[in-house]
Amino acid sequence: MDHAVTGAPVARTYAYARHSWPVRVMHWINVVALTILFMSGLQIFNAHPALYWGKSSYTGRPPILEMGAMEAADGKMTGVTRVAGHTFDTTGVLGVSRDRQGELSARGFPWWITIPDNRWLSMARTWHFFFAWVFVLNGLAYLLYTVVSRHLRRDLWPTPNDWRLIGQSIRDHIRFKHPTGEEAKRYNVLQKIAYLVVIFILLPLIVLMGLGMSPWLDGIIPGWIDIVGGRQSARTIHFIIAWLLVGFVAIHVFEVLISGAWNHIRSMITGRYVVRGEGHHE
Amino acid sequence: MSKRNAANDRRRFITRALGAAGAVVLAGCDRLSNTEWFTRTLGKADALSYAAAHTIGRKAMAQEFSSSDLSPTFRSNGTAEPDSPEYRALAQRAFADYRLVVDGLVEKPAQFSLADLRLLPSRTQITRHDCVEGWSAIGKWQGTRLSSVLGAVKPTAAARYVVFHCADPMESDGRDLYYESVDLNDAYHEQTILAYALNDAPLPIANGAPIRLRVERQLGYKHAKYVMRIELVDSFAGFRGGRGGYWEDQGYQWYAGI
Repeated sequence: MDHAVTGAPVARTYAYARHSWPVRVMHWINVVALTILFMSGLQIFNAHPALYWGKSSYTGRPPILEMGAMEAADGKMTGVTRVAGHTFDTTGVLGVSRDRQGELSARGFPWWITIPDNRWLSMARTWHFFFAWVFVLNGLAYLLYTVVSRHLRRDLWPTPNDWRLIGQSIRDHIRFKHPTGEEAKRYNVLQKIAYLVVIFILLPLIVLMGLGMSPWLDGIIPGWIDIVGGRQSARTIHFIIAWLLVGFVAIHVFEVLISGAWNHIRSMITGRYVVRGEGHHE
Repeated sequence: MSKRNAANDRRRFITRALGAAGAVVLAGCDRLSNTEWFTRTLGKADALSYAAAHTIGRKAMAQEFSSSDLSPTFRSNGTAEPDSPEYRALAQRAFADYRLVVDGLVEKPAQFSLADLRLLPSRTQITRHDCVEGWSAIGKWQGTRLSSVLGAVKPTAAARYVVFHCADPMESDGRDLYYESVDLNDAYHEQTILAYALNDAPLPIANGAPIRLRVERQLGYKHAKYVMRIELVDSFAGFRGGRGGYWEDQGYQWYAGI
């Protein structure tokens, strides 16, 4: 029986209110804030495109990641990325890339992934800290809502039955099969785990590591940032989590696109989600 | 039209719409970065951060480290050697003629030689220097507590900020001298010192000789090097760019605790 995939057959096609308005509003605020935080964060990174492990950058050990530009005698520029002692030619993307005018120039990440597009650290910080406040306040409101409204208990927390069907869920994901009918109204167990990891581990941790880069906040409990190895370790973790979140978003958007894109997108805008009855297959 | 085609069209439409939206958003962000009203709105968050810093941990101490954490060499950033005849003349005589001028809204304006400063209560601390660019270096600083200097000149009740006038020109024509400012909370903080030694040696020129401000709970650009004059003011709005510092006038945050 392919219980998890097909679910109980429904006789008719009908729409129901899938996402409550607070969830929809907070979801889209989060989309805007995280996008701007990511892109302005890369512009901030470009001011010193290297990552270290430890309390400081100058410990006698080399950086664990470093982007740079090498200029040959004939003026030819090469973008170089060094990761854990291995050197890669990343011309065009990392280290050296074409600016808006098409000229090769030295920069960590290319212009089209940063805010602002040109090298402008102070403006990137202005964007980053404004949207950091937006993101944190929105996130706190979400956490409060998800607990008080029982959204967390009802929709996100895996049930014992979910855990039993985890193998099936993994197989379904690999074959890009998605629940239909009544089952489509619930989140599947992998989806629940992904959301919980992002909401309760990655997002709080990236905020904490961001706060750990502040010389003021480091002094609130002096030495607390050494829990992760020091301020430069915090900066590295902040960077890694940012890319893990990009990975999450890529999978999230992919899953939306292949499991009834318009139905899902509409349900996050108007709340309306259509459950297809028997005989309807897309 | 078959369902599959409809789905493909829809998918292509969504992909294109997202791409177009992305381009519009990017161009929009860059246009907004160049408008006065929008950057002023974004800048409101700095006031929020400053207010938070004044609520949580006003007197908190910056983390101090052990000598095993010291960076092998303490990186010099910004000016490595001030390009001015006055400064060169001072450096040539090992700063024997150096006089730190402290004036403005004070009852007893005064001048301090390096020897005078060494006689005032000092503090030695191993702290981490966090540059706005993202890197950190750990160094051992020794210097006169700024609170001792302020105690000697007695700021008036009107004084609200401490401005640091420096010797290093930021333009090649010798103009645009570096300057910085902090509030009285940071000025009187226990770890705020006028450093004259780095890693148990006289402060090198590359790191700000003869005197460099250490204001440990803020980013590197607040730590003014080559300090020549300290002025107490009630407002820095009318001075230079009006934002309280060289980098602040270029758009960097005046409160650099984050």
